[in-house]
Amino acid sequence: MSQADLTMEGHTTGLTAGPAFSIPTKKLAIWLFIIADTMTFSACLVAYGFLRNGTPDWPRPFHSITNVALMTFILLTSSLTMLFGLRSARAGDKAAAFRWTMITAAAGIAFALLHVREWLGLINEGMTLFKNPWGTGLFGASFFSITGLHLTHVTVGVIALIAVGLRYRGGRYNADDIEILGLYWHFVDLVWMFVVPLVYLLNLAH
Amino acid sequence: MTTVEGHKSNGIGKELGVYVCLLALAGLQFVIAYQNLDASQMFSRMLVVAVVEAVLAAMFFMHLWSEKRGFLLFVAIFTIFVLLTMQYGWTDSFRMVSGAPFSK
Repeated sequence: MSQADLTMEGHTTGLTAGPAFSIPTKKLAIWLFIIADTMTFSACLVAYGFLRNGTPDWPRPFHSITNVALMTFILLTSSLTMLFGLRSARAGDKAAAFRWTMITAAAGIAFALLHVREWLGLINEGMTLFKNPWGTGLFGASFFSITGLHLTHVTVGVIALIAVGLRYRGGRYNADDIEILGLYWHFVDLVWMFVVPLVYLLNLAH
Repeated sequence: MTTVEGHKSNGIGKELGVYVCLLALAGLQFVIAYQNLDASQMFSRMLVVAVVEAVLAAMFFMHLWSEKRGFLLFVAIFTIFVLLTMQYGWTDSFRMVSGAPFSK
């Protein structure tokens, strides 16, 4: 065997010795997705901040925090129920894991319904993607883009929760799949922590 | 209580503690929103609270703290680096406010 063969063999062995960072491949994949999605949301929020800062007549249309406070509470609580689901799955309690996963999905649905109700209220007041009665049309564009992107993530998350929960109960998925789904759901929660202050609370009418 | 049950109980306690902290921090953001502050002060305070919330959620809800240190560093360094490189446009944003002319 030549020195080149030895080097190549050693190199190949090194590459296939195990998963990167010694974590399962599926988990690494969801983390890479989360990092990429962080960039997407960050780019949206930075662009929104740029526009808000550079636009003198930026509107402050929100008069009440009740709806957004309730949405925040529901989403934070759904992260906790997701953790309970993962804990039950790790303990091998399939019924409890399925129940907690479905409770998390129900919380996601409640969040989405509140979000849609808020959107409809703003649309009824005359706000669209291109105009609003309070000032620059950029507000409508940025508000619907950022909250719409987040709502899309919540909707996809709810569908995934139901699908993975059912498959977990049927024995096709295991606790690792619940954990991976949980990482996605916590990320959706994490993004909301930035959307609330920047998009809602900074635009509160005083 | 067995050792396993003890660990389980501790784990739930920690998760509940983090959840309560997150709720309190989210509430703090709402309190800041009603304070008589100018936009830049309000923005900076809310952003600091949001970052603390995000770190708590990532470390304990997403279990990043219990992953390998190399992976934690990879996620943190990569994310912070890209987030920082997105901040180059703020000077232009302030120029729009102050009405400074564009260069020819």
